[in-house]
Amino acid sequence: MEVVDIDARAAKLGINWSQVNFDSIQLPPGEDFGIESDDEAVYHDDQSEFDTGFGNIIVVDHLPVVPKEKFEKLEGVVKKIYNQLGVIKENGLWMPVDPDTKMTLGYCFIEFNTPQEAQNAKEKSHGYKLDKSHIFAVNMFDDFDRLMNVREEWEPPQARPYVPGENLQKWLTDDKARDQLVIRSGPDTEVYWNDARQKKPEPVHKRPYWTESYVQWSPLGTYLVTLHKQGAAVWGGADTFTRLMRYQHSMVKLVDFSPGEKYLVTYHSQEPSNPRDASKVEIKVFDVRTGRMMRDFKGSADEFSIGGPGGVAGASWPVFRWAGGKDDKYFAKLSKNTISVYETETFSLIDKKSMKVDNVVDICWSPTDSILSLFVPEQGGGNQPAKVALVQIPSKVELRQKNLFSVSDCKMYWQSSGEYLAVKVDRYTKTKKSTYSGFELFRIKERDIPIEVLELDNKNDKIIAFAWEPKGHRFAVIHGDQPRPDVSFYSMKTAQNTGRVSKLATLKAKQANALFWSPTGKYIILAGLKGFNGQLEFFNVDELETMATAEHFMATDIEWDPTGRYVATAVTSVHEMENGFTIWSFNGIEIYRILKDHFFQLAWRPRPPSFLTAEKEEEIAKNLKKYSKKYEAEDQDVSLLLSEQDREKRKALKEEWEKWVMQWNSLHEEEKLARQNLRDGEVSDVEEDEYEAKEVEFEDLIDVTEEIVQESM
Amino acid sequence: MTMACVSTEGLGLDGRRFNQMRSSSHQTLETRMRPILMKGHERPLTFLRYNRDGDLLFSCAKDHTPTLWLADNGERLGTYGGHNGAVWCCDVSRDSSRLVTGSADQTAKLWDVKSGKQLFTFNFGSSARSVDFSVGDHLAVITTDHFMGVSSAIHVKRIAEDPQDQVGDSVLVLQSPDRKKKINRAVWGPLNQTIVSGGEDTVIRIWDTETGKLLKQSDEEVGHKEAITSLCKAADDSHFLTGSHDKTAKACLWDMRTLTLIKSYTTVVPVNAVAMSPLLNHVVLGGGQDASAVTTTDHRAGKFEAKFYDTILEEEIGGVKGHFGPINALAFNPDGKSFSSGGEDGYVRLHHFDSNYFNIKI
Repeated sequence: MEVVDIDARAAKLGINWSQVNFDSIQLPPGEDFGIESDDEAVYHDDQSEFDTGFGNIIVVDHLPVVPKEKFEKLEGVVKKIYNQLGVIKENGLWMPVDPDTKMTLGYCFIEFNTPQEAQNAKEKSHGYKLDKSHIFAVNMFDDFDRLMNVREEWEPPQARPYVPGENLQKWLTDDKARDQLVIRSGPDTEVYWNDARQKKPEPVHKRPYWTESYVQWSPLGTYLVTLHKQGAAVWGGADTFTRLMRYQHSMVKLVDFSPGEKYLVTYHSQEPSNPRDASKVEIKVFDVRTGRMMRDFKGSADEFSIGGPGGVAGASWPVFRWAGGKDDKYFAKLSKNTISVYETETFSLIDKKSMKVDNVVDICWSPTDSILSLFVPEQGGGNQPAKVALVQIPSKVELRQKNLFSVSDCKMYWQSSGEYLAVKVDRYTKTKKSTYSGFELFRIKERDIPIEVLELDNKNDKIIAFAWEPKGHRFAVIHGDQPRPDVSFYSMKTAQNTGRVSKLATLKAKQANALFWSPTGKYIILAGLKGFNGQLEFFNVDELETMATAEHFMATDIEWDPTGRYVATAVTSVHEMENGFTIWSFNGIEIYRILKDHFFQLAWRPRPPSFLTAEKEEEIAKNLKKYSKKYEAEDQDVSLLLSEQDREKRKALKEEWEKWVMQWNSLHEEEKLARQNLRDGEVSDVEEDEYEAKEVEFEDLIDVTEEIVQESM
Repeated sequence: MTMACVSTEGLGLDGRRFNQMRSSSHQTLETRMRPILMKGHERPLTFLRYNRDGDLLFSCAKDHTPTLWLADNGERLGTYGGHNGAVWCCDVSRDSSRLVTGSADQTAKLWDVKSGKQLFTFNFGSSARSVDFSVGDHLAVITTDHFMGVSSAIHVKRIAEDPQDQVGDSVLVLQSPDRKKKINRAVWGPLNQTIVSGGEDTVIRIWDTETGKLLKQSDEEVGHKEAITSLCKAADDSHFLTGSHDKTAKACLWDMRTLTLIKSYTTVVPVNAVAMSPLLNHVVLGGGQDASAVTTTDHRAGKFEAKFYDTILEEEIGGVKGHFGPINALAFNPDGKSFSSGGEDGYVRLHHFDSNYFNIKI
């Protein structure tokens, strides 16, 4: 505020400066005048420490305690270890000795040239096994100092009274058995119930600026994770969304849950100042419930990726792929020529070492078992064949492998219950000028894992999309040439033989480029996104018939709800127009449509797997009529109520409008005379019979000319 | 369609022919399901206006010549030549004798409808954006844009009975608080006591025509959030409809005396034009994606549809497609049995409703 402004403001408030005694004003004590800053950064600043100048010193503990004679030798060993990790300053190693016994004290101080080297040395050598009984414990000197301070002032922490946690699964007990979905549009993030009966969503929670980039549900739907500058946070709870835990990781970019939602992986990468360097990557693994960081990984992006052709930097997310199943036992990382598999008990490598696989380019976990499939492309110009292998973890035993010849690329698709693995193989034609595709189908659950080769009827067809039926034995393939490819359905069983793959049907010339199976199987949406402007075909694979075709113009995303009852199609803000989403029933009936400008994201809240046994599920499916009776009655009530409400609403609106019209008419009537005057006495308003259309005929003689017409013979 | 009667000189119309055609048009009235495409303008349409009898349709476009059409079959009767810039708006007197036009050539002109003669030219320092005759046609309200230091304003001119007596002086000049924003539309309120204006500053204002005072203005909360592009009033001056570019691209229906928001209609594209059916409780919104983005997307993405809404329920009834550019102008025939739309594509499309339209139930 400038002085002029202040004067103006004062004049407005009636303050005369000459009468103000500034000394009489007492400001509240303290730097902030008693006003707490709501800027979290201020508090963070407080915590940041000043460089004490000892940043380049580390303390190595758990060294062997040796007498004087062996001092030199130990010093030599330590030097040798740490010289590999950084440059030790001259006289930078100091190992204190007990003045009485002349024995070493089991620790030493090492001073490096730079704090970075010290940091690096600490990270790399912490936990280093010198021998069985001596595992290094390495700390920064600065940290050590701080830790010492803390210990002196230690007080027993107060036992907090037990607060029963909220029921994090309450949403599953909704008496109308509805599903939730989260959407982000503009600054708002909103959670809704999908109330298909009422044909509208029912708001649950709305919060502007809830996240700074995106939101994500945990795989079982318990948590909603939001991303912030300071880190990630998870939200959930019985009624509203309360913050359950925070995970500090500044500038977090991506997050990923383990499939059993025990662990949260956060990712942050920093662009290098020098474009030739690889970007720096930091990944942390947190325990979701306690918020404790279990392990962090730092390094350049190259260590977390296989480095695509031309050395494209940046890791592909998720960097860590979690083994299937609910145990969250293993996770794997792929980097150049190595597969590192970690286990979550100690968060260290299985057998303390990575698997060396030359030139491995892709790995894929079975969704249910700890089996890893991996693909190695051709080497040496085709001399060494490409290979797809299945490896059992933690034993690292190769269960099955198959060599493939003249392969250009492979893609692996696991079926959701881990029974089958399909490998799409692109092979070169004889001339090596083009490729054609086929499938290798692995039957994981059968003895010796038999492999079957499947080629399309027209093997030159390009494969556009592939999708397994969830929990089923069928899969769908879009193949052929744009703009009207074919869609084929295959089954892993035939009527007579359960061990042979067979084709069920081919649908010719479909406008589709993506496949979306219902999570319960049986139904599939053949979708034409992007170039096809959002064509949707709802298809029943059991009956092999189309249930409905529809269009959600420009749709960019399609997502089934976790029960397979409804589908959401959305136009996100990649398009300018008509942002929003539409909810359809599984058989293609549009239920409602919501338009939201700047629509970014839609995600259904996942459900944990059902507790029903397979037999029970089958029984319910068989006697569906009996079970559905109750719901049908409810549906009818609701629809009656709805139409009743609708009628009421319409009636009210009509009445309200009538009132306006009456008012207008009476005013119009009142003003009649005045209007007449304005119109110079012309009796104005009502007009019908005022004039008649007269018919006037004009006949104009424009010109008369005479012409002699000559008859031609 | 004959072009014979069109001349590029000022005298576009021949009086006799005019009478002939006007009268004969009554005979040929029959329902046509298909729209009539009227291609007479070379540039985007800006405004459409029916006369009170509903037999004539005036169209304005960015080419410099307002055009007169037969509202029944779309035959072109003639043009009004004389403007030297885009013509933004026009109004026709109650007896269909006078036409007033506002143009970007910084003038508003008064024409004899029948002969196409220029009767008078009002000169301004900036483009004339909208024109409207008062009840009784003795006054006209003309809005002008801001330009080179001239701020946007609303002018009230007296219209003389005899063009010989016509003077260019303004009876009243009103200026909106934000002088740099265009006033896209100003119309007379009931009994000429008020003027209602709306424009780029998103606010609808009601002015007293006696004192020139601002009586009411729309509240930021309920009103539009972006430029108001169009304003159309009911035949009895009791309520009016505004269309705007706001995020939800909505049109709002207001009471003209109290400026109460009664209804609002939401669509997905910017609204450029609005119209109300005089016969049924229908409102029509026209618009579409910004003209500059049209060529980069699928033609269906533009949504160049005239959308019909139920006035009372605020629900969409249907749409009329056809234009391949945004719709800039909409007008209902006063009998409510046909309407016309003018687009950025330079076409006027004249639609006679088929009988189904009158039986729509929602």
